[in-house]
Amino acid sequence: MPYSPLLVKPMREELTAVGFQELMTAADVDRWINEGGSGTSFLVINSVCGCAAGMARPGVRLALDNDKKPARLATVFAGQDVDATAQARAKIPDVPPSSPSMALFKDGELVYFVPRHRIEGRGPEDVAADLKGAFDEYCG
Amino acid sequence: MGTFHQNKHELHGITVVVDTDGPEIYVGRCDDIDDGRVILVDVDVHRDGDGGRSKDDYVRRAAQLGVWKKHDHLVLDRGRVTSVRRLGDV
Repeated sequence: MPYSPLLVKPMREELTAVGFQELMTAADVDRWINEGGSGTSFLVINSVCGCAAGMARPGVRLALDNDKKPARLATVFAGQDVDATAQARAKIPDVPPSSPSMALFKDGELVYFVPRHRIEGRGPEDVAADLKGAFDEYCG
Repeated sequence: MGTFHQNKHELHGITVVVDTDGPEIYVGRCDDIDDGRVILVDVDVHRDGDGGRSKDDYVRRAAQLGVWKKHDHLVLDRGRVTSVRRLGDV
C-alpha cells in the first residue's frame, strides 16, 4: 500500500530540487527513454526505505557536484508510482529489481547500475564517490 | 549501519549472504537474527553446484547486481548457519 503523498513529498523533492524529472506513469518512462538518443541519462529509483534511500538521495545530490555528470536526470518512486517503476525496471530486464537503485545509460545502453545493497549501510559521501567515478568514466 | 528498529538485530534492513553447513546459501534482506533463527525477506537461494556455479560464484554474481527473489520470507535455523555477512561487503 503506498505511503501518504504527504510523507513522500519531501523525498521526491530531494531529487526534483536538483533537476530530476519525475516520471509518474509508464508513458512518462517510455517518452523519457525514447527521447534519450545519444548522450547520458541517469535514472534513480527512489524509495521510502530508511536504511538505504536516506543515504541514496543525499549521495546523488553530492555526486552531481562534479565536473562530469549525466545530461538527463529522471526518477521514479517505487511503491508510489507503481506503473512507472515497473516500466523503468522493464527497460533493464536483466537487472533484479531493488530500491533504491540507480541506472546510468549512455546512448540508450545501461552502462552502470547501483543496486540497493551497494547503498545500504554506507554514507552519502561513499555513494557519491561511486557515482562520481561512473560519471567521470561515462559522461562527457 | 542498519535501520534502528527497536528490538531488531543491527543487520535489520540490510541485504546479507547467509551461508550454511549444507549446500544451500541464501541472499536476502535481514529482518532479524536471534538465538535460534535468522529471518530473511525477499530471499534467493542457491545450492552449491547448481547451474555449474559454486557458492562463491553465486555470491560474486549476486554482488554485482543483486538477486531475483524466490521467497518472500524465510526462517533459517541458526544452528545450521555458518556465516552472515553483508552482500555490500563482497
